[in-house]
Amino acid sequence: MLGVAGYIALGIGATLLITASAFTVGGILALPLALAQRSRFVLLRIFVRVVVNVVRAVPPLVWLFLVFFGFSELGLRMSPLAAAIATFSVIAMSYFAEIYRAGLSALNRGQEEASAALGMSTIDSYRFIVVPQVFRVVGPMMATYGIGLLKDSALASTIGVVELTFRAGSQAQQTGQGLTVFAIVGLIYLLLSLPLAIVSRHVDSRLRARFSVA
Amino acid sequence: MITNLLSWTQYLPALFSGVGVALALTGIVIVLGFFLGLLLAYGSVSKVRLVKAVALVVVEVGRGAPLLVLLYIVYQGLPQFQLTPTAFASAVIAFTWSAGAYSAEVIRTSIDAVPNGQSEAAIVVGMNRVDSFRFIIAPQAIRVGIPPLMNIAIQFFQFTSLAYAITVPEIMQAAYFQATVTFDYFSVFLAAAFLYASITIPTTMLVSRLERHLAKHL
Repeated sequence: MLGVAGYIALGIGATLLITASAFTVGGILALPLALAQRSRFVLLRIFVRVVVNVVRAVPPLVWLFLVFFGFSELGLRMSPLAAAIATFSVIAMSYFAEIYRAGLSALNRGQEEASAALGMSTIDSYRFIVVPQVFRVVGPMMATYGIGLLKDSALASTIGVVELTFRAGSQAQQTGQGLTVFAIVGLIYLLLSLPLAIVSRHVDSRLRARFSVA
Repeated sequence: MITNLLSWTQYLPALFSGVGVALALTGIVIVLGFFLGLLLAYGSVSKVRLVKAVALVVVEVGRGAPLLVLLYIVYQGLPQFQLTPTAFASAVIAFTWSAGAYSAEVIRTSIDAVPNGQSEAAIVVGMNRVDSFRFIIAPQAIRVGIPPLMNIAIQFFQFTSLAYAITVPEIMQAAYFQATVTFDYFSVFLAAAFLYASITIPTTMLVSRLERHLAKHL
């Protein structure tokens, strides 16, 4: 059984690679989207809202197949791993844009007005006033989404990325012990999400202690 | 040009049978999941430690493991015990497990959201625990809990796409079959995406309207 567990565990790298890449890329791409949602231009706001809502309205598996099978038909061939990272990055971007928006709207408008009244530039106001307060709200939500992303990355197995679930599938076929094999892989996912859950709780309580205003 | 842009719509009819299966699966799972959620929520505050431990493990695994893995545990795992549920039954079992776990959390937090003074007041005016729950706590908790429970329903409609992996003939299974026949992968999956969005977006808007409406009565 240890051999089976060891074989499956080799997939941790690919699983974490997909999760961490999508988390990082999505988190960065979501920044301009979140700002665009507060733009003065109505059309830009509507466009971003439509993108964010449509991406989230369609199951990840459908996007994954559309990108992997569909784009290759259109001539854009990608490896399964690249397709998985690209797809999950765009999905994560949409969720993070919503999370940032929630964080920004939780911030009292007076904070920005006060920093403007004090003569701060927009950049300084974001850097020293807005972002630190927004992060307190947004940090735990991002960690929670990160755990969701880790679980969603299992879908990559359906397009042939050799990650945890894919390896478990092939072991289940070989040994005929589906329950044991998939219980092991379920446990691995739980263990992997544990650190994120702890970080989330830790960040939450530490930031609450530092900014005990709210 | 326009006919070209809309060529994907020709695949919609082939996917309709999948929509029926996906909606049926969602309906069954949401109802069963709610009752499992009630049981789990009740179990997780039980004074019997074994019941509490079992409820917590079921909830944590149901929420912590990927749904795809839960599906495989049921579909490929139960045969280890000479049990061979059909693909649809396996999907019902796995999704109900997960939906129950998420519902249990919503039910628990909705009940917690009712201020303690409410049940204290109910006891002071001479209500017993059952009546206090039935007439005072539950009606208020339901207002808090309905929107998140409906969001879970929408989530699980999307999750039904995973049942593709165990050959349930839902939307993605129908789409994949169409795609392998026509080789028109992009258009077929675009049609599938359209079907999901055309059900998810209106229901999401409805739920957020309902949420605003219910919030007025809190």
